[in-house]
Amino acid sequence: MHIGIDVGGTNTDAVLMDGTKTLAGVKHSTTPDVTGGIVRAIEDLRARHTFEGSDISAVMIGTTHFINALVQAKRLAPTAALRLGLPATKALPPLVDWPEVLTHAIEGRSYLAHGGYEFDGRPISPLDPEELRKHAADMKAHGIRSVAISSVFSPVNHDLEVEAARILAEELGPDVAISLSHEIGRIGLLERENATIINAALRELASEIVDGLTAAVRAQGIDAQIFLSQNDGTLMDEDYVRLYPVATFASGPTNSMRGAAVTSGLSTCAVVDVGGTTADIGLLINGFPRETANEVKVAGIRTNFRMPDVLSIGIGGGSIVDPDTAEVGPESVGYRLTTEALVFGGSTLTATDIAVAAGRASIGDPAKVAHLDPSLVRRVLDRIAERVAEAVDRMRTSPEPIPVVAVGGGSILLPDELSLFGAVHRPENYAVANAIGASIAQVGGEIDKVYAIEPGRREAMLADVRAEAADKAVAAGAKPSTVEIVDFDEVPIPYLPGNATRVRVKAVGDLDMGV
Amino acid sequence: MIRTIGVADIEDLARGAAVLGTGGGGDPYIGGLLAAQAIREHGDVTVVTLNEVPDDALVLTVAMMGAPTVMVEKLPSLDEVTAPVHGLATYLGRPVTHIACAEVGGVNSTIPIAAAAALGLPLLDADGMGRAFPELQMVLPTLYGITASPLAFSDEKGNIGVLQTVDNTWTERIARVACVEMGCSVMISGFRMSGSQSREALVPGSLTRCIEIGRGIAAARREKADAVARTVELLGGREIFAGKVVDVHRATTTGFARGRARIDGGEAQLTLSFQNEHLIAEADGTTLATTPDLIIVLEHDSGEPITTEGLRYGQRVRVLAAPSDERWHTTAALAMVGPRYFGYDFPPHRFDGTPEVIAAAEAVA
Repeated sequence: MHIGIDVGGTNTDAVLMDGTKTLAGVKHSTTPDVTGGIVRAIEDLRARHTFEGSDISAVMIGTTHFINALVQAKRLAPTAALRLGLPATKALPPLVDWPEVLTHAIEGRSYLAHGGYEFDGRPISPLDPEELRKHAADMKAHGIRSVAISSVFSPVNHDLEVEAARILAEELGPDVAISLSHEIGRIGLLERENATIINAALRELASEIVDGLTAAVRAQGIDAQIFLSQNDGTLMDEDYVRLYPVATFASGPTNSMRGAAVTSGLSTCAVVDVGGTTADIGLLINGFPRETANEVKVAGIRTNFRMPDVLSIGIGGGSIVDPDTAEVGPESVGYRLTTEALVFGGSTLTATDIAVAAGRASIGDPAKVAHLDPSLVRRVLDRIAERVAEAVDRMRTSPEPIPVVAVGGGSILLPDELSLFGAVHRPENYAVANAIGASIAQVGGEIDKVYAIEPGRREAMLADVRAEAADKAVAAGAKPSTVEIVDFDEVPIPYLPGNATRVRVKAVGDLDMGV
Repeated sequence: MIRTIGVADIEDLARGAAVLGTGGGGDPYIGGLLAAQAIREHGDVTVVTLNEVPDDALVLTVAMMGAPTVMVEKLPSLDEVTAPVHGLATYLGRPVTHIACAEVGGVNSTIPIAAAAALGLPLLDADGMGRAFPELQMVLPTLYGITASPLAFSDEKGNIGVLQTVDNTWTERIARVACVEMGCSVMISGFRMSGSQSREALVPGSLTRCIEIGRGIAAARREKADAVARTVELLGGREIFAGKVVDVHRATTTGFARGRARIDGGEAQLTLSFQNEHLIAEADGTTLATTPDLIIVLEHDSGEPITTEGLRYGQRVRVLAAPSDERWHTTAALAMVGPRYFGYDFPPHRFDGTPEVIAAAEAVA
């Protein structure tokens, strides 16, 4: 048996699973302290379905703690950003485009030093150990507790980042955490560097949270290993979380999508999650969310780590309906739905009122919407269906048909059939889908680097990269016999000589739970 | 008419430039940051109209040459942006008095702002194309016998080269080789002009136009009005198509992002052919517009310009055609930037769908 827990901003879901079978599921409001919520969730699971601590082979946790800490600019460590690349990049130093409140919250200091590479791996300038030691002394003097190191073209060669980390560690001692950009992001210096700085600022909190989670689980007599969900839905162990907390950032929407897919028995589908204000649409390909190809802004900071591609449109249960145009949203009454909607005795015509008038749901008092013109009701629902279908169509990358799964309280707004896509799947047991998503026991390894491919060496080189990704998956805890390459991408970089090619490989396998 | 460019103007300017850039120019983010940073350090940039520039002024264009992928990784420094101007001034033995944009669109509309700010020189409210094109020599000054050479180029290390070549083809060939050696992203300066030459050869009012378009789109969104219709009005063009991108086919074999996109409008289909920029728009066998007139793809509702590399299946878009500077419609200009130059066997068509009438254009010139 294993346990999946998803700690969201509003709710904490937990499930007890036997393989892919859900034995018990519980849902609570999220508590301000992590530990309390986890303890209560496990106790409740035990009340629903008795188990011994030793019956549990793994505990998987999805949490929004880290992204919330950044968004709220709270509990971030004093962080320095060191960039290797002088004399290049001088005009735009680290932290250049950060919102002031966040630079302030991390007491951010930025440093430029010599080093870095050209696109083809030639050094821009040699590392200057003296310069680095001087920077380290300044960091020390300013109470810096975490450092992010970036280097120009480190996805091509990361040697100088590693060497600079060694020199800084000598000066700063073992208590200062160091994060390296080549382990976090991809090509695009500012975006990769930003993601690395965010990671660095969260390192202390990561240790605190991991300790708290571990203590909470151990207190329940469970000795099994603890894993956290990553952005792509695979798991990382606690040591990895301490090093790369930023990898948990998008686990909320990812777990929701993966849970929706699993509970509807689909692995490739579009998931439409309709809440109170927005409908969020994502795509799952072979069980994994399609990731964005572009930069993503997190708390106003431009980054390029891999996040699930989610399109939000302003249609939800609380969306305000214009009776003249039959247009819906983007304004919404939000959480005031239960006082402002007509069915609850309020005076605002909302999308929920329309769904009730159409007989799609029985919420509040249907008599209060009986006066609505049936042709208006039909027009509004048609418009919602049209816009959702259009958004799903926008998300898919080709005209291939794809099944649509609808979840969330606002999914009553959707018809049973969607034009272009056919029947809409509505999974049962969805209430705890996030926890089910978190409990899917897979681990992965990913390589994303730029290689200069020598003539005649392409096949051999790509085989090496694939093997490297598979090894990484095994190192993360995958059963070797189950590891497969789930994603492979080879993109020549335009305008560059020497066959510079960006290669991206992702290997995934089942978590070895020793059973 | 704008008199200065401050940090707050950059976003509008970059968006307007992306509209006039007709799909080319790449992501303006880094260029915009660089311009904003230079203005923060050195103060707002003074803008001068072509009417005001003294006859004996020394005007140079500043631009970036190389791979956009490199520029997002090996970020430029301001020294690198100003160095080719200093290099050329030394070679010419005269101080440079004004900076100009070679094109509008993407990074090359913001790099000159950074250069002007850092050099403390006025920037001309003008550019060499009134749009964007992929090759160095594709500027109106070429039609007036003004060459790229002497051309200076510089890297971040402080290396500066000055080329004095026999023609633009040689400038391009030699500069490209140096560019690769220097890390595949260099800053260049050239197209030396006097004030009176610039008055004759450049497209007037480009920066004002960019900012007006950028502001127009932002204002239309605020007013919940149609941002695309607002853009059409500002450009004096027409909306030629609306629909969904159903297919994007790319090939990067020739060094340019060459390809074709199909847009489904329900009853009709539009095919766009592009090489960095959109060059030809045709629907069901009818040519709606071709280069050198402007073909612009905007997001259906927000009016956000979409670059050729940003085109994706499923996007809802509207396509506009708008007139380019009249001087692009002469025989010599069409030989340089017409559809046939780019390898398409099409007679050139104006933005309103009519075939080019070269004689009339010649008369204007």
